[in-house]
Amino acid sequence: MTDHDPREVFLAEANELLDRLETTLLDLGDRPGDSALIDTAFRALHTIKGSGAMFGFDRVAAFTHDFETAFDLVRRGEVPISADLVNVSLSAKDYIRTLIEDPDSTAPVIGEAILAELERLVSRASAQPQTAQELEPEAPSLNAAPEGWRIGIAFAPEVLRNGTNPLALLDELRDLGPCTVVPRLADLPDLAALDPESLALGWDVTLRGAATREAIEDVFLFVRDDMVLSLAPLDAPEPAPEPAPKPAVVAAPVPVPAPERSAPAPAVKPATPPAAKPEAECRGPARNSEPRGSSTMRVEAERLDELLDRVGELVIAQARLSQLAGLHADGGLHTIAEEIERLSAQLRDTTMSIRMVPIGALFSRFRRLVHDLSGDLGKPVTFVTDGEETELDKTVIERLADPLVHLIRNAIDHGIEDPAHRAASGKDATGRISLAAEHVGAQVLVTVRDDGAGLDVARIRAKAEERGLVAPGIPLTDQQVYQFLFAPGFSTAQQISALSGRGVGMDVVKKTIEALRGSIDITTEPGAGTAVVLRLPLTLAIIEGLLIRVGDGRYVLPLAAVEECVELPESGRSERGRDFLNIRGDLVPFLRLRSLFEATGEPDPYQKVIIVSVGEARFGLVADQILGNHQTVIKSLSKLHADVTTFSGATILGDGTAALIIDPAQLMAGGQIGAAPDGLRDYREVA
Amino acid sequence: MTDFVEAIEQGHALQVVMMRIGPETFALGAGMVREIIDPIPTTRVAGARPHLGHVVNVRGNVVPLADIRERFGMPMEAATPDTRFVVIELDLDGDPTLVALVADKVFEVTAVALETRQPAPKIGTSWRPEYIRSIVKSGDDFVIIPDMQAILN
Repeated sequence: MTDHDPREVFLAEANELLDRLETTLLDLGDRPGDSALIDTAFRALHTIKGSGAMFGFDRVAAFTHDFETAFDLVRRGEVPISADLVNVSLSAKDYIRTLIEDPDSTAPVIGEAILAELERLVSRASAQPQTAQELEPEAPSLNAAPEGWRIGIAFAPEVLRNGTNPLALLDELRDLGPCTVVPRLADLPDLAALDPESLALGWDVTLRGAATREAIEDVFLFVRDDMVLSLAPLDAPEPAPEPAPKPAVVAAPVPVPAPERSAPAPAVKPATPPAAKPEAECRGPARNSEPRGSSTMRVEAERLDELLDRVGELVIAQARLSQLAGLHADGGLHTIAEEIERLSAQLRDTTMSIRMVPIGALFSRFRRLVHDLSGDLGKPVTFVTDGEETELDKTVIERLADPLVHLIRNAIDHGIEDPAHRAASGKDATGRISLAAEHVGAQVLVTVRDDGAGLDVARIRAKAEERGLVAPGIPLTDQQVYQFLFAPGFSTAQQISALSGRGVGMDVVKKTIEALRGSIDITTEPGAGTAVVLRLPLTLAIIEGLLIRVGDGRYVLPLAAVEECVELPESGRSERGRDFLNIRGDLVPFLRLRSLFEATGEPDPYQKVIIVSVGEARFGLVADQILGNHQTVIKSLSKLHADVTTFSGATILGDGTAALIIDPAQLMAGGQIGAAPDGLRDYREVA
Repeated sequence: MTDFVEAIEQGHALQVVMMRIGPETFALGAGMVREIIDPIPTTRVAGARPHLGHVVNVRGNVVPLADIRERFGMPMEAATPDTRFVVIELDLDGDPTLVALVADKVFEVTAVALETRQPAPKIGTSWRPEYIRSIVKSGDDFVIIPDMQAILN
C-alpha cells in the first residue's frame, strides 16, 4: 500500500499533535513554570505549521505561524503562563483543528479574534521586558555574539526522504543575517553512484550579524534529531571536529553554489552508504524503509476488523474440525485437530490483544471538558483519573466516549454544588471528579465519581410519580428508583441549563452501554457524592460462552454472566410450581427458557438451572441440558431482527448451524415486569 | 436470446431470476440475488415475526431466512427436493442486508420485457398492493415482481 494519500497522513499526524498540544496546554495550566511542557507545545505547533504548509493547508500554516509567534514569547520566558493564556491557546488549538477538518465552516475573523486576544495577553504581560529589550537588543541573551556565528551543518543522509528541504533552512538562516555558505563535498560520490534521494552534502555557514543562538537553533528545530549542528561564535577559534572540508577524491575543488531546487542534493545509492561522516548520527545506513528507533506502526482500523473477522471464521472452522475429528478414531487426525485448536486459540488471543487499547487516551479527552465546564459553571473542580493503562477493545472505547461525556457533565452540573454551598456544608470549595477504570474478571469497570451532594431519592421518586413512571405507594429499592434517571426525557433539574437538565442524555448512556452488553450501577451517599459504575465486557467480538440446549434448540449464554449451575429440584419441575430456588439461603427466582422460547419436544427429566448475574441481581434460567463451553464468535443479528431483544447476537456452532446468544439483562428486564411469563409473546408485550 | 441482451442494454428489459413460491411465479431482479443454495439447517428465533422466524449460516454470516408465503397468505408446505434458498441483498435504510428467501423451485435467469409491466390489479387478488412492485409478462404467464423491502419490513 504505497498509494496513501499524503494528506491523510498529515491529518492523522495533525490530529495526534493537536491532542498532544491540548494535553500539554492543560498540564501547563497546572504547572505554569514547566519549561519542558512549553517546549513540547512549541514543537507541536512548529510541526503543524511545517507540515501544514507542506501539504497545502495554507490557512492552517498561516494561523499557526502567528500563534507560534505569540507563543514564542512564552517560550523565551518573557511572558508567564496564565490561566487566560491557556484558555486562549486552547481555543486557538480548536480553531486549528477546525481549519484542518472543515475549513469552510469557519470564518477567518474567528481566527483573527483569537489571535488578537492572544496578542493582547502576550503584549500586556511582556510590555515591560520588551521595551527594555528594544533599548538594548543584545542584553537579554548572554549567548548573542556581536560578530556572528560559524555554523556547521551535517544532516543524516535520509533527511530528504522525510521531506526536509535543506535549502529552505539555509534561506531561513539568511533571513537572520548575511551568510556565506560553503558546501561540504567530501562525501559526494561519483555521478554513477549518486542517489538523488539521499543527502551527501553538508554546509559551513558564516553568519554575520546579531542573531542569537536560540534563533539559529530554532531554524533547525524540526530536524535537530537528524543532524549534527555545530555553533561557534565568529571570534572563537574554529571548532576542531568540523573542519572546512578538504576537497576529496572526486568532487570538483571549486566551491559549488548550493544546488538548485530542482536537483536536490546528490547522494549515494542505498547499496553504497556514504563514506563515514564526521558524526555518529550520520552513519545510519540509508536503507529505505527502516523507521528509526520505532517499534510501533500505524495500521488502519479496518484492517484490524478484517483480521478479527478472519480469525472468527478460523475459530468456527476449527470447531468443526474438532467435532469431526471426535467422530474418527484416527490418532493423527486428533493430533492435528488439537494442534489447530491450540494455534487458533493463540491467534485469537493475539488478535484480540492487538485490538486492545489503553483507556487513558479517552480519559485525557475529558480533562478539557472538565476544564471548560468548571470555568463555565464557576465551580472549581479537580479532575483525577486512575487506571489509564486498563485496556479495552478499541470499539468499546470509541463508543464509550459519548456516555462518559454525559456522565461527567452531569457530575459537574448536578453533582458538584457551587462553592458557596460546599463551604456551607464544610467541604473543600474545590469539587473533585474522578474517572477510574479497572479490570474485574472478564469485565472492565469504568467509574465516574463526584464528591457532590449525592442523589436525592425522594426527589427522583416524586418526579417519576409525577411523570407516571411509577404509581405512588409501590415499594421500590433505591437502585430501582435510580433506574428512572435513565428513562427518556427524565430530569430532576429545576432549571434547564445549557449543559444538562433537559433529561436528554442518560437514556442515551443506558442504550449505548447496553448495546455494548454492559450495565450501569449507581451508588450514592447524601452529601458525600455519587458514583456511576459502567460494567463493560472486555471485547465485543469473541466471548467465552456456555452452550445449552432448550428443547431442540441450542443457545449460548455469556459465560461471564454465569455464576453456577444446579439441577432443578423436584418442587420446580411442574410448570405450576414456585419459580424460585433456595441457593444457600438466598432466594433466587428463575425463568423457564422452554416456555419462553416455546420449545418443542419432551422436556429433559433432569432440567438444569443456570444461575446468572446481571449487575447486582441474580436469577436462574432453566434449560434442558448443559452442553459445555463454547468459543463464541459473535455475529450480530440482522436489522430485520431488531425487534428481537431477547438475543444479543448469534454465533456459528461446530456443525455449521447458527445458535442464538441469550442476553440475560434483557430477560431480567422482561421477567421483572411480567410476573409469570407463560409465553414469549406475552413476555414481549409487557417488555 | 441476443434480442434480450440488446433489450437489457437499452433498458427495455430486466434480467430476473424466476422462481416459484407457493402457487405463484415470482421474478427477482438478478442484480439483487447473491447466490442460490440448497436448503441448510435453520435455527428458530423465538419471538421473531413469523415470516422471519429462522436464521441460517450463509458463509459465516448469520442471515435471516424469509418465508414470504406467510405474507401472501399461502399455505406453508414442507420442503421438497426442489426447495432452494435464494440469498438476496437488500438495501435497508442505507445498509446492505443479506436475506435468504425460501423458494419452492428456482427456474432460470431470464429477461422480461419491461413494456409489458403493469401495476397489480386493484381487484382479483387478496395480496396487499404494496408488496407488489409490478406484474410482467413472461411467455404466456404473468409473473410477480415483489417489493422485498415492503414485504420483509
